Amino acid sequence: SKTRNALSSGVDALFKGGRVLDDDLLEELEELLITSDVGVRTTMEIIETLSEKASEISNSAELKAALKALLLERISFDVPPEETMKKPHVMMVVGVNGVGKTTTIGKLATRFVREGKKVIIVAGDTFRAAASEQLTVWADRSGADIVRHKDNSDPAAVAFDGVQAAVSRNADIVIIDTAGRLHTKKNLMEELKKIRRSVSKTIEDGPHETLMVVDATTGQNALTQAQLFHEAVGIDGVALTKLDGTAKGGIVIGITSTLGVPLKYIGIGEQADDLRPFDAEEFADALL
Amino acid sequence: MFDNLTEKLTSVLKDLRGHGKLTEKNIDGALKEVRMALLEADVHYKVAKTFVGEVKERALGHEVMESLTPGQQVVKIVNDSLADLMGSSHEDLVLAGEKPVSVMLTGLQGSGKTTTAGKLALYLRKKGRKPFLVPADVYRPAAIDQLKKLASQLDVPVFDSEVGMDPVDICRSARAAAQQNGCDTLILDTAGRLHVDEELMAELVRIKSEVTPSDILLVADAMTGQDAVNIAKSFDGALDLGGVVLTKMDGDARGGAALSIKAVTGKPIKFIGTGEKSSALEPFHPDRMASRILGMGDTLTLIEKA
Ligand SMILES: Nc1nc2c(ncn2[C@@H]2O[C@H](COP(=O)(O)OP(=O)(O)OP(=O)(O)O)[C@@H](O)[C@H]2O)c(=O)[nH]1
Ligand SMILES: Nc1nc2c(ncn2[C@@H]2O[C@H](COP(=O)(O)OP(=O)(O)OP(=O)(O)O)[C@@H](O)[C@H]2O)c(=O)[nH]1
Ligand SMILES: [Mg+2]
Ligand SMILES: [Mg+2]
Repeated sequence: SKTRNALSSGVDALFKGGRVLDDDLLEELEELLITSDVGVRTTMEIIETLSEKASEISNSAELKAALKALLLERISFDVPPEETMKKPHVMMVVGVNGVGKTTTIGKLATRFVREGKKVIIVAGDTFRAAASEQLTVWADRSGADIVRHKDNSDPAAVAFDGVQAAVSRNADIVIIDTAGRLHTKKNLMEELKKIRRSVSKTIEDGPHETLMVVDATTGQNALTQAQLFHEAVGIDGVALTKLDGTAKGGIVIGITSTLGVPLKYIGIGEQADDLRPFDAEEFADALL
Repeated sequence: MFDNLTEKLTSVLKDLRGHGKLTEKNIDGALKEVRMALLEADVHYKVAKTFVGEVKERALGHEVMESLTPGQQVVKIVNDSLADLMGSSHEDLVLAGEKPVSVMLTGLQGSGKTTTAGKLALYLRKKGRKPFLVPADVYRPAAIDQLKKLASQLDVPVFDSEVGMDPVDICRSARAAAQQNGCDTLILDTAGRLHVDEELMAELVRIKSEVTPSDILLVADAMTGQDAVNIAKSFDGALDLGGVVLTKMDGDARGGAALSIKAVTGKPIKFIGTGEKSSALEPFHPDRMASRILGMGDTLTLIEKA
């Protein structure tokens, strides 16, 4: 399956020929984790724990089990069931430039519409050339309604109108697209807060869910990205895109464990159906 | 988040102060720190390993200069090695050949190709050329609109591509259209694609053989992690790249991908993208990149003066 690509196999290969869990093997394991973008710190933690348990590990099945436990510890979370959603449930999608926010919204809208929900998507990226046009194509594809303003208008004002429209049209879900922005740009991060405030003018406890999109090709910087977005607007979940390539997306392990937010979805292509709920077991298995 | 490498090395090597030579025994700890710094900067595991090996060879037996602490000395060696690897000067676009010439932009999804196309149009116009923008991405929703909008913002002529057209046909027809518009340089904006997507990689090869671009650039995101080597190897293998544009350098990514890409392809990084606006394009300076990867900023300037 496509998700098998996520953090590819390797542990079996390492244990070939009756090897023992010695320093050489640990080093190869280190290479496997680092080249999956798991990051130096998390890798060292995992390797250290494993080497302490070395005497209990004598074959690849035992190593896999031990590794899997260490990974699951860091990536499994209980995601609240969707039944508890407010009506309208307001979602905001954030992230740095080009990671796949707009596409992920198109995929989510497709999914929700199929479930019989009334969905409104809001073109909160008024800055990047043809961002609204792109989202409009996704609205047509998915069967969601779209609320958009003119280019370069105030994103907070579009968000306000989107939420108002959702209330008056009795929609189930509103998904607000936002322009890509680097986490280091203070004014742009402030703009995100402003969008939040404009939502809460109509729906006091909204947005109910802030999804951060992370590109699986990203290296260690994704951790800083997640930290700063979390500080600015509070993220409730992560979507990891572009797992259909050869990048392993190991950085999410650091993100979920450091911030304590769950990985909710993975993106495995550019089409409407290429979104999957995240499955921690499967993800951990795929790594080993 | 990262401590300064110079500080770390200084503390690892503090016992060495005043002693003569860097030896196998006393620099091992320092090399470990160097390796960590490279990995934290997203330099590929294997590239970092080879590099540290080279640094070690260079460092062994090196006299510690009077003016430097041993830590600074190692940093200097690391930096010199890094600078050697990255190349010494800026390499510009290749625009040789019968006019109109073409510059082709390629890369993964979302790396910044379309934005870079607009930036290059502006850059070329400033240099007295007459650019012609060519939207050859018929797949991504509204990709053609995006480049057409940029073109109109910049007042640069653009080929009237439509979603139903074939990208190879677009690039072929665009040449005549550029001539009619009195333009001398086509900028081909291709769709983002995965390096493992055989069908779409073959499309790039067809475009290349159809228009024989004078330069082919890989547009890569500065935040790219370990996969940068696979991406660069595949694109270079298929297209024999002329160079690389490293985008989103206005963030705080250390940009170790630059080192990985250079190490596996040998191709120069020609430009960096430093913002979303069309003016945010700069020539690449290898020496500045070295200190960024190591996360050292100004310390180097001090050491260089030594
Ligand atoms: N292969 C692959 N491509 C993807 C995936 N998700 C998105 N993309 C592609 O990535 C590129 C960028 O996607 P967008 O949705 O425009 O990204 P964005 O975050 O909205 O970008 P900005 O709004 O410019 O910041 C497009 O070419 C998408 O088709 C995925 O899961 N796999
Ligand atoms: N901060 C910053 N953003 C950039 C830079 N270059 C591009 N971007 C942004 O990155 C996102 C993706 O840029 P595009 O030019 O659409 O990327 P692309 O490679 O054409 O994307 P696809 O055609 O979908 O593959 C947009 O939000 C751009 O504004 C840069 O140097 N700095
Ligand atoms: Mg977008
Ligand atoms: Mg594009």
